[in-house]
Amino acid sequence: MAGENPTTTEYIQHHLTNLTFGELPAGYMRDDGTVLTESMWTIAHGSSEATAMGFNAFHVDSLAWSFGLGLIFCLLFRAVAKSASSDVPGKLQNFVEIIVEFVDNNVKDMFHGRNPLVAPLALTIFVWVFLMNLMDLIPVDVVPELMMALGVPYQKIVPSTDPNVTLGMALGVFILMIYYAIKIKGVGGFVKELTLHPFNHPVFIPVNLFMELVGLLAKPFSLGLRLFGNMYAGEMIFILIAVMYSAGLFFGLFGGLLQVGWAIFHILVITLQAFIFMVLTVVYLSMSHEDH
Amino acid sequence: MNINYTLFGQIIFFVAFVLFCMKYVWPPIKAAMTEREKKISDGLAAADRASKDLELAQKKAMDELREAKAQAAELIEQANKRANQIVDEAKETARQEGERLLTAAKSEIEQEKNRVKEELRAEVSAVAIAGAEKILAAEIDAGKHSELLDQLAAEI
Repeated sequence: MAGENPTTTEYIQHHLTNLTFGELPAGYMRDDGTVLTESMWTIAHGSSEATAMGFNAFHVDSLAWSFGLGLIFCLLFRAVAKSASSDVPGKLQNFVEIIVEFVDNNVKDMFHGRNPLVAPLALTIFVWVFLMNLMDLIPVDVVPELMMALGVPYQKIVPSTDPNVTLGMALGVFILMIYYAIKIKGVGGFVKELTLHPFNHPVFIPVNLFMELVGLLAKPFSLGLRLFGNMYAGEMIFILIAVMYSAGLFFGLFGGLLQVGWAIFHILVITLQAFIFMVLTVVYLSMSHEDH
Repeated sequence: MNINYTLFGQIIFFVAFVLFCMKYVWPPIKAAMTEREKKISDGLAAADRASKDLELAQKKAMDELREAKAQAAELIEQANKRANQIVDEAKETARQEGERLLTAAKSEIEQEKNRVKEELRAEVSAVAIAGAEKILAAEIDAGKHSELLDQLAAEI
């Protein structure tokens, strides 16, 4: 927590602030009153500094947790892949194979083209997003307080509550969508799809283009923002319930009960959101592969 | 919502992890699973085949057993037939041999009879001649009446 005795607002704000490393512009007055003579890269203290950094910043915590969780996925699955045999599988191999089979079946149901990228992509998204969402189930105070004790001012441990992370993945998917649309249909086919649908007449080209472009751009944004929104809201509810701890024994116990209930419900949400992200990715890519 | 460089960092991680998964994770796991599927289906097919083979073998064994039984019965029948035949043949030979012996004995008897008749004839003629000699004494010339005597003897 930011101060010794933070107000509720401070407490919530602290939990919603990323550990930001970025460039403060020249002439900015920092919290301690010093005015910067030239721009400098530093860790932001407080959300106002983070805002002042604007685009020239990194969310160190989001990147670290996202990378770490992705690494866990890669190493775990790589370990299984290395020792994978067609003999009777061990427990870990069995577990991994269940996930692989689940993803593979979903991809087979939804994606009818031939593309060796789609299934591994879906697997990566599913497991990685699930792991990132899973961080939501760690009690909200544990890691930030621990990091505070270690001298790190902020720590948001759920990467999927950072729009940069979810939109980053959605943009990755969007790039693949455009790439395959052009690769399969050709530039002409892709342009035709944007201009001659839904009204197949030259007069309607501007209307079609407007509608199709909005539809096309809405896909990655809805994809990224849906995950972000769900996880952010879930995290927010955990934080709000946690505020009850400071309101006496009765509310504290009641809050604990609510935390448990919400966490159990949230297991569903995080799995579902990971699944939805995967399914929509596959569906969008499948649409890119469809030749009219 | 602070959009910043984190976005690009995340895109880079995303690409890296997806590529890693596509290159080093998905193919070996999938290959192992496909191979196991094939193994299992092969095993099931082999079991099917084995049970079919067993059925066939049992059927074959039954057939052979039946055939062997039939053969044995046939052999016994043949042996019986042959035995009967041998007995019959033996009977026949015995009968023929008896007949042969009988005829031989008969012809011997006939020969003996003829020889005795011949002897008797000669003796009778001699006795007759001797009697006639004695009766007729000198009156009768043996040479003169031998023709008549021979005729007599032949009539006996």
